[in-house]
Amino acid sequence: MDLRKAASRTPLHVALLFFGILWLIPTLGLLITSFRDPSAIAASGWWTVFPKLFSGGQFSLQNYVSVILKEGLGRSFLNSLTISIPATLLSVFVASFAAFGFAWLRFGGRRYLFMMLVALMVIPLQMTFIPILPIYSKLGLAGTFPGIWLAHTAYGLPLTTYLVHNFMAGIPKDLFDSAAIDGATPLTTFWRIVMPISLPALASVFIFQFLWIWNDLLVALIYLGARPNVAPMTLKIANLVTNRGQDWELLTAAAFVSMALPLVVFFSLQRYFVRGILAGSVKG
Amino acid sequence: MIRAGRWRPWLFVGPALLLIGFFLVYPALVTIARSFFGRGAQLFGPMVHYVGFANWKYVFTSPVMLTALRNNVLWVVLFTLCTVSIGLVLAVMLDRVRYEKILKSVIFVPAAISMVGASIIWKFVYAFRPEGMPQIGILNAIVVSLGGKPIGWLIQRPWINNICLIIVGIWIWTGFCMIILSAAYKNIPKALLEAARIDGANEWQVFHRIVLPLLVPTVAVVGTTMVVTVLKIFDIVYVMTNGNFATEVIANRMYKEMFNYFNYGRASAIAVVLLILIVPFMILNIRRFTRQEGGR
Repeated sequence: MDLRKAASRTPLHVALLFFGILWLIPTLGLLITSFRDPSAIAASGWWTVFPKLFSGGQFSLQNYVSVILKEGLGRSFLNSLTISIPATLLSVFVASFAAFGFAWLRFGGRRYLFMMLVALMVIPLQMTFIPILPIYSKLGLAGTFPGIWLAHTAYGLPLTTYLVHNFMAGIPKDLFDSAAIDGATPLTTFWRIVMPISLPALASVFIFQFLWIWNDLLVALIYLGARPNVAPMTLKIANLVTNRGQDWELLTAAAFVSMALPLVVFFSLQRYFVRGILAGSVKG
Repeated sequence: MIRAGRWRPWLFVGPALLLIGFFLVYPALVTIARSFFGRGAQLFGPMVHYVGFANWKYVFTSPVMLTALRNNVLWVVLFTLCTVSIGLVLAVMLDRVRYEKILKSVIFVPAAISMVGASIIWKFVYAFRPEGMPQIGILNAIVVSLGGKPIGWLIQRPWINNICLIIVGIWIWTGFCMIILSAAYKNIPKALLEAARIDGANEWQVFHRIVLPLLVPTVAVVGTTMVVTVLKIFDIVYVMTNGNFATEVIANRMYKEMFNYFNYGRASAIAVVLLILIVPFMILNIRRFTRQEGGR
């Protein structure tokens, strides 16, 4: 490469390196700290591990063992899964039906109902908590998994339906015509033709919605707040901050456990995640 | 359109509409009415009476709500400006280097983790120990090593702590903006930029005169998405300061009125404030949708 051209690009690399470091260092500090001994964490900064990085004895899994077993984070991990997976499946399922209806079936008020859906995508959830909570207590849904499944499904529906609709509306009409000639009902058209074609789009929406629910704090606080035995990890960790705010060995390990699954999902399925974000915003 | 008869379409859209009606539309209407009533849990319960605009007076005159409103303005301005502009700069710069993909992942990854997790990451960055003790937060360690006194980043009101919270938000959301803006940037025909360069335009002129105008629609979408997100900001404040030291925001105040003070009238009024702030964006969304529909 031309030397002058390379030199002129140096500021670019320096600036990008700066951003990279800025974005990495906070997480790196958390990760290193989570493996250090509590007394070491209190006595020195996490960056002091580097000079003697390979001398051994600095790191252990002790913090993870105690936070998962003694502090009950293991239970919260299972709760997070129990909340996220059914709620995500339910919302993608209900959204697919609705998206197909809005994209391809004729019914009164279709246009206005869909516009309402578009408007509700950004409604503050705070508008909904106070009237629903008393109903939930009466029905025995407060502090239960089915209660939060339904709430998450409903709250996610405007966006998930909108995303799936955008994809389904783009399916070529000819596909349905040949199905109609064969005498297929809308339901068989939906199951046999539309759903299989939509799988990549559904995967994006699924990942999007799953991460949203997994990472949610607010909805869990409202509907599960009083019941520690059903609390997901976000709630558990928020409580740890309140009660054990200076116990960094617990907080850092706990935070990393809660991040582990999203990180795996992110790095293995980044393509779908990005596609979901682009579908939601560029067209939005 | 597929022929499906009169009632069959409702089997498809019915479940979604019922859930949305019960969980979003009905409660929103009740909450608006609720903002004119006293503290009790049920709209027509025994402890509830009509209080006129008392809750509204509280919302717009009490010191704590005024702080919350001021902080939300600060969040909206700083957060939106920084996420969108840094995202844009990164999108353009990263297009020119070979390690684009890996650095994009690094900047984007905070979008995948919870705001609770991000708050802990940054609480540790901001950790504060009194002077003379070893600093375990990297920011104060840098300050001390440069000869300064350690700073209580999350305590120093009103600007330092609020800005420190906003930085956490920027760290989380910049990657999101970058991804969308980068996709739009890559859609610009490269021949267009080359032509300008051949005509003697320098890189700044190319960016300023060609790239930026072409990206305006995307910047508008990303910007409004950020404003809507930040108006509702809750998790970061709840976890890092719980609104203490003058860091209160609207959503956190709503939660406190609801769960700490059980004043459902006030909490409803605060929720409606959020709604009012967001209504313009609802209208904008509908407009964009109808325009897009017309173009199909």
